[in-house]
Amino acid sequence: MGTPLTFFEKVWNDHVIADLGENTALLSIDRLFLHEMSGSVAVRQLEASGRPPAHPEQVFTVIDHVIDTVPGRGDEDSARAEGVDMIRAARRGSRKYGFNFFDVHDRRQGIVHVISPELGIALPGLTLVCGDSHTCTVGGVGALAWGIGSTEGEHVLATQTLPQVRPQTMRVNFEGALQPGVYAKDMILALIGKIGANGGIGCAVEFAGAAIRAMPVEGRLTICNMAIEFSAKYGFIPPDETTIEYLAGREYAPKGKVWDEAVRFWRTLPSDPCAAFAKEVTIDCTSIGPQVTWGTSPQQVGPIDGRIPDPSTESDPAIRGLLERALDYIQLKPGTQLEGIPIDVAYIGSCTNARISDLRIAAGILKGRKIAPGIKGLCIPGSTQVKAAAEAEGLDRIFKDAGFEWHESGCALCGHMGNDRLENQRVISTTNRNFESRQGPQTRTHLASPATVAASALAGRIADARKVLS
Amino acid sequence: MEQLVKVTGIAAPLLRINIDTDQIIPGKEIMRGSREGYGPGLFGYWRYIEDRTPNPDFILNQEPWKHATILLADRNFGCGSSREPAPKSLRGFGFRAVIAPSFGGIFFNNSFRNGLLPVELPIEQVRLIAEQMEASHGNARVTVDLESQTVTAPHGEVFAFKTPALLRHMLLEGLDEIAVTLTMSKQIETYRSADAAKRPWAYRPGAG
Repeated sequence: MGTPLTFFEKVWNDHVIADLGENTALLSIDRLFLHEMSGSVAVRQLEASGRPPAHPEQVFTVIDHVIDTVPGRGDEDSARAEGVDMIRAARRGSRKYGFNFFDVHDRRQGIVHVISPELGIALPGLTLVCGDSHTCTVGGVGALAWGIGSTEGEHVLATQTLPQVRPQTMRVNFEGALQPGVYAKDMILALIGKIGANGGIGCAVEFAGAAIRAMPVEGRLTICNMAIEFSAKYGFIPPDETTIEYLAGREYAPKGKVWDEAVRFWRTLPSDPCAAFAKEVTIDCTSIGPQVTWGTSPQQVGPIDGRIPDPSTESDPAIRGLLERALDYIQLKPGTQLEGIPIDVAYIGSCTNARISDLRIAAGILKGRKIAPGIKGLCIPGSTQVKAAAEAEGLDRIFKDAGFEWHESGCALCGHMGNDRLENQRVISTTNRNFESRQGPQTRTHLASPATVAASALAGRIADARKVLS
Repeated sequence: MEQLVKVTGIAAPLLRINIDTDQIIPGKEIMRGSREGYGPGLFGYWRYIEDRTPNPDFILNQEPWKHATILLADRNFGCGSSREPAPKSLRGFGFRAVIAPSFGGIFFNNSFRNGLLPVELPIEQVRLIAEQMEASHGNARVTVDLESQTVTAPHGEVFAFKTPALLRHMLLEGLDEIAVTLTMSKQIETYRSADAAKRPWAYRPGAG
């Protein structure tokens, strides 16, 4: 028997082409995903260099970031003219080089990290990179996936490899069962609240424990999505039978004998029982309630029945300053209870929480009800396939009857790319970032689960979904 | 990549924790910068009162700090998104190095590839440099030397830092990273053919 290895070590070691010294390796990259915002830059740089792409069959492109999501959109609609440049460059480059390309009106279009597992592009044990920090999402199906810059993207295009410094290993154990009305989003927010926005810096994080084992793939994707929000570039859940069942039959997953061979290989990937991690954290899920952020970092979070802390009780001046700036921006006072804070907008969308299970949870709360007067409700399905599935189930009617707008799929107003619709609004949002002006100029974002967002839309203020459900 | 061996200049303190890439360059400024260059979009919401009207209270709008080539920050600088316009906007403004206790991992990698050196020093050392700079009203100078991997504070204290060997070498020499990797083409092809036999699905999406 050799040394027990973690999932991460097995996958990393399998992909080392050359040891470049001092903890750095040249890694083989199995999948590169491009989108029109950062991907168009990588493609333009490659074109300018005159080099051909090394393996276009391993490259995928989708239009999701700057394309408008309003119903009936055209294939070049974007809030700013520069967005049109990006869409055109990504489209032209992808066609020219023969990448697998999902254009705006393709039925497979959607937010890159939603369609990547949905289409079986992300698979267990693959290395997958994309010019987007939330690429770690697809660690939810057991891929080793991380966000890169455009210049790294150009490097992958030209060589299908990437030099990387090996991260430390870390395991987060979510033990115990979740309480009713508490979801994957609440788990990951509670973790970030506990270990801080830099708690995973320099780490590749395996999520484990009873609550993860019991969780369907879509919830796992939500958990892994927010690894980067505690500064871990990589987050993943090694493959198990849930993963394998989820991937079977998907368009880009292997078929027939190759599928059988792949499944045999995937079953060897989970961490060996005695494998050691450099860092380990355990969270008791039985004590987690619905979580809502109150500041401008995902670490500024608390239970919905909690109150905003008082910066003056903080002894470290650097942290006190951080809290004071956050409260000044978010326009809330210390001691305010999170439940009951009036909102302007309820936003359901993003690579964190816009898959079909998320929409079903929200629709279950909205069904037969109306959102509060004056509140704007936005629902942006995670992919065109999610949208179609929701419409087949009649969820779109529930959202629309409740007063929500029902959009086409895309990243939309999760990150502000020039559309000022949410300017100076207080938004309860299923997204992953509550940074200053993340969703628009002076937009004040509170992160929460789809259930909390739906319940808050009905109340017109931050509300506890468990009270609607009971 | 753009070469960097050593920089001596004004180090401007912006000692905030978790300065994310949305603050370094907001999304709207990325869009604008894609046509106009990214330097003007740096710290867009902090630096301007409204569109391009400088906020006089922001340090990088003040003399002599506006000429800074080194930025001082608190931990987890550049956390958040993978946007490469973040280091590009810092470089576009004139920065060659950022000194902080820790960095977001994607930002760290992107910085080297844009001629910007991320330097990790403990917060006590960052604060000491900031205090000396503030005491001099911005007239003192700090040196960051990548070859010796040292920072020299205004009063002469020398602090050592570490950088990944490969990225250091590339920045010191100003090498074309892709050209360097392509010299290993044979090794890459040998790896790929052996691995494709073991994991064919990795090389042929949808293979059956």
